[in-house]
Amino acid sequence: MTLGFSLTKETIWLLEGIGGLLVVASIAGFILGKRAATDAARATVANLNARIRAWWLMVAVFAVAVAMGAIGATVLFALLSFLALREFVTLTPTRRGDHMALFWIFFIVVPFQYLLVAIQWYGLFAVFVPVWVFLFLPARIAVSGDAERFLERAAKIQFALMICVYCVSHVPALLMLELKGYANNAGLLLFLVVVVQMSDVLQYVWGKLLGKRKVAPTISPNKTWEGLIGGVLSATALGSGLFWITPFTPLQAAGMSLVITTLGFAGGLTMSAIKRDSGVKDFGALIEGHGGVLDRIDSLCFAGPVFFHLTRYYFA
Amino acid sequence: MSGRLLAGAIAGFARLLAGATVRYAGYKPAEGQRIYFANHSSHLDFVVLWSALPSAERVKTRPVAGSDYWEKSAFKRFLAREVFRAVLVDRTGTNRERSPVDDMVAALDAGDSLIIFPEGTRGDGTAIAPFKSGVFHVASKKPDVDLVPVMIENLNRILPKGEVVPVPLLSSITLGPPTRLGSGETKELFLARLRGELERLG
Repeated sequence: MTLGFSLTKETIWLLEGIGGLLVVASIAGFILGKRAATDAARATVANLNARIRAWWLMVAVFAVAVAMGAIGATVLFALLSFLALREFVTLTPTRRGDHMALFWIFFIVVPFQYLLVAIQWYGLFAVFVPVWVFLFLPARIAVSGDAERFLERAAKIQFALMICVYCVSHVPALLMLELKGYANNAGLLLFLVVVVQMSDVLQYVWGKLLGKRKVAPTISPNKTWEGLIGGVLSATALGSGLFWITPFTPLQAAGMSLVITTLGFAGGLTMSAIKRDSGVKDFGALIEGHGGVLDRIDSLCFAGPVFFHLTRYYFA
Repeated sequence: MSGRLLAGAIAGFARLLAGATVRYAGYKPAEGQRIYFANHSSHLDFVVLWSALPSAERVKTRPVAGSDYWEKSAFKRFLAREVFRAVLVDRTGTNRERSPVDDMVAALDAGDSLIIFPEGTRGDGTAIAPFKSGVFHVASKKPDVDLVPVMIENLNRILPKGEVVPVPLLSSITLGPPTRLGSGETKELFLARLRGELERLG
């Protein structure tokens, strides 16, 4: 595919569908707000409504970026990577000796990884962070001459980079795939983001409605088996219903949805463990009701690369 | 006017770069005059604190800084005088026509608020150094002005002492409850208490 594309009618349908869903959610939030009787209920509904308002903004930004074509989407995800990396490294106990290495990853590695996405150089895109930067980073830290907690510092910065930059960059990289009999790659990107994010929303809704048995209470008290199963199954159903925007058959779309929603859950749980270990509830406070950027895209970090490679192996 | 415009642009850029979360822990922004006193570990400290203030407060809040550093070049002098309207004080203690305390009191008399770093110099961000006595003398001459403790965190990681390029991490600024010099409070007790008020916010 070439850089820059116009939205197909399928993509516009899906965006309209999301807009309609947000209208319904906003009305439901308004009615719940009127009916909340206790302080606890009011707090929950206030948080719900803050989340819904933030969703309007996030969907608007995302829709504008996607409508601007491959460059728009690539720049958006580059910014998300940058902000997520900033949140992650802020919580990482780095030392003065890491300063120049951090300068490199924020101002050289992030732009370069997304430049590779933009110019569609798959060969280097796939190995730049896990090979080149993997070796460069600890060497650069060593040059600064501070050996205290050396491996821990190097490993944590590597991990931040893999999650926030390498993994996230696979989402706009979907636009570089050349698929058999399918050219609406923006639709494929939209499918991934919509199914993963709706899975988060549906897990939250099922958890609030039926949640009892906790999956990992020491890591995240909010994640329940009821929420997980209800969310994954309903998001899988939604994903198979969206097959028309993808190169998949309905059954393949269901399989893909099951994989990415399960991975999304794994991503959320993993990032919760990191937050718990760091003693914080959220990575940041940029998005009202949701926390930071990384709190919003944690599931996408895990789902993105696997979805990219499954699609690339079986449909390219 | 160009100084004022540049000031707005720098404040915006500082907010973007340092992404400071501002927390009010016992302090409510209000009209009036005050002295913000903060810990010091980075050149960015005052810019980030200053850019986090509401713009109406910002235009009448002046940082107190060492003239030995800010008068070194024409550009620094322009920044300090025209953009930040800094109260430049002689902290070397030699050849002193007027003391830093006089300069600070004069600025307060003119109705401005001040940002001061009572440690006197930048630390490495791990501990707060003992306070210099200037703040005590200012507080004795202007006992009706509130002193607001401001804990600045993470800026020493964004731009540590000795580095020239910043790393865009998130910082936080915590403003604590205002305090004043107690009647009969000695210099040692006052300086130790002030430092304690600041430490408590960390």
